[in-house]
Amino acid sequence: MAKTIVPIGPYHPLQEEPEFFTLTVEGEKIVDIDVQVGYNHRGIEKLSETKTFDQVPYVVERICGICSTSHPFACVQAIEDIDNVEVPERAKYIRTIIGEGERIHSHLLWLGLAGHFLGYNTVYMWAWKLREEILDTMEMLSGNRNNYGMFKPGGVRRDLTDDVIQASLKKIDSILPTLDMLKKAVIDDPVLHARTKGVGVLTKEEAIDYSALGPTARPSGVAKDVRKDAPYAAYDQVDWDMIVLQNGDVFDKVVLRILEMYESHKIMKFCLTHLPPGEIDANLKSIPPGEGIGAHEAPRGEVFHYIKSDGTNSPERHKVRAPTFMNLPTYKSTVVGETISDATIILAAIDPCYCCTERMAARDTKGKKVYSGEELVKLSQEKTKKLRKQV
Amino acid sequence: MTREEVLNDLKERFKDDIVEVFDKSEHRVYIEIKPEALVGVAVYIFKDLEARFNIASGTDMRHYMEILYHFTLERINLLVSLRVKLPMDKLVIDSLAPHFKAANWIEREMNEMLGIEFTGHPDMRRLLLPDEWPEGVYPLRSDYEEWDEEAIRDRGL
Repeated sequence: MAKTIVPIGPYHPLQEEPEFFTLTVEGEKIVDIDVQVGYNHRGIEKLSETKTFDQVPYVVERICGICSTSHPFACVQAIEDIDNVEVPERAKYIRTIIGEGERIHSHLLWLGLAGHFLGYNTVYMWAWKLREEILDTMEMLSGNRNNYGMFKPGGVRRDLTDDVIQASLKKIDSILPTLDMLKKAVIDDPVLHARTKGVGVLTKEEAIDYSALGPTARPSGVAKDVRKDAPYAAYDQVDWDMIVLQNGDVFDKVVLRILEMYESHKIMKFCLTHLPPGEIDANLKSIPPGEGIGAHEAPRGEVFHYIKSDGTNSPERHKVRAPTFMNLPTYKSTVVGETISDATIILAAIDPCYCCTERMAARDTKGKKVYSGEELVKLSQEKTKKLRKQV
Repeated sequence: MTREEVLNDLKERFKDDIVEVFDKSEHRVYIEIKPEALVGVAVYIFKDLEARFNIASGTDMRHYMEILYHFTLERINLLVSLRVKLPMDKLVIDSLAPHFKAANWIEREMNEMLGIEFTGHPDMRRLLLPDEWPEGVYPLRSDYEEWDEEAIRDRGL
């Protein structure tokens, strides 16, 4: 059969981001895929070398709009690692609370988008409505709905008062009934099973070979989570479970994220109720020459920062590795062999993250058919409708 | 294996290749190795010790180029960073991408950002830089100078 090339991008249909996929298809079936990235490369690593250690967490906070606290989290840990600084207990707990709150809202955002692509606009509305509650909680805790600005080398910038803690506890408990409902709606739905089970499978061997991270690796049976493997902040003081599933398909990726939200809620609640008294800042005076590495389990996987200091007040080298850098190449093994209508949800299943744009155009090489982003989503939604009639 | 056993095993097995071991803290070890021994050591750590490849980070140290390959050994909570130093007049090193796919993208990135050549890389193309970026201009080098007069960039403090 003749091969056709379907370019998708540089604006990704589903997920925010500018990236360029070239799908080679035979009829409906995808036989090859290539990814071109870099449309959003802003040179943050270079920029960071010109900022002071106090400014660097602010710069890296602007790398991503959704998981905005992941980068400062890893970054301040890298700076502290240079001189093995011990952070006060209270600061560690506050960091954990912020990190987990962000995980809940990020997973909810993804769940809503995934529902939308599959034609479940009710899931989309409910999930995003629920996300508002979490964003409100984050506003109470940090003063901002996003880009919290809570982290500084040696501690956090803002303390939590008792009335804020009580109000937040009430707020995060209030999401549980709706979350239960969403969980039931997703896990028990036969159409969703037909649409996502066995689709876009990432095997355990491939996940290890690609060094995939977080919610891309754990559904494939790779039990790796920085929070468990190399505990930092207050994660070793809380009783929580790492969710690991075995099938590696889109369905497991959905379920894993839903179950992880419950764990995050558990961690958040424990930290809010057991917040130790004391200082929130180690009052770092200067950063000595040396090297430091910091890692944080962001909603999408491990964020990795390497900072080299030469004794001045700005880093000599700052390497930033976001989880999508490791997760994106796994497309090569998950998308090949699937159909075009499934490509959208498989590509979305790793929750790629570069920045925020939502536009796209796809056309075949002869220029006859032009799919817009909306049409591709429609294609995916129609497939669900067809299945729904059959079930 | 415990932390000490792993380190002793590495020191014993690659005693001719290791230049220096810097035991920084409980969870961080930096091991400097000879550039030509990279593939042997890295593949042993990745495959036999079942480590996860975090990332590599290249740094222009002005007189030489330094690459750190970071591996996490989850079972003993240890981050091993392999350090290699390349002379500025010969920025060539063996590629790790044929041995595990995780190294593919970062080697492409280091190639365009720092101008390091990776021999044996299966798919060496530009990853992040735009198409109009001139050949031979490496933005993360310390001697990088702005080449585009019309660009508006943050030039720092």
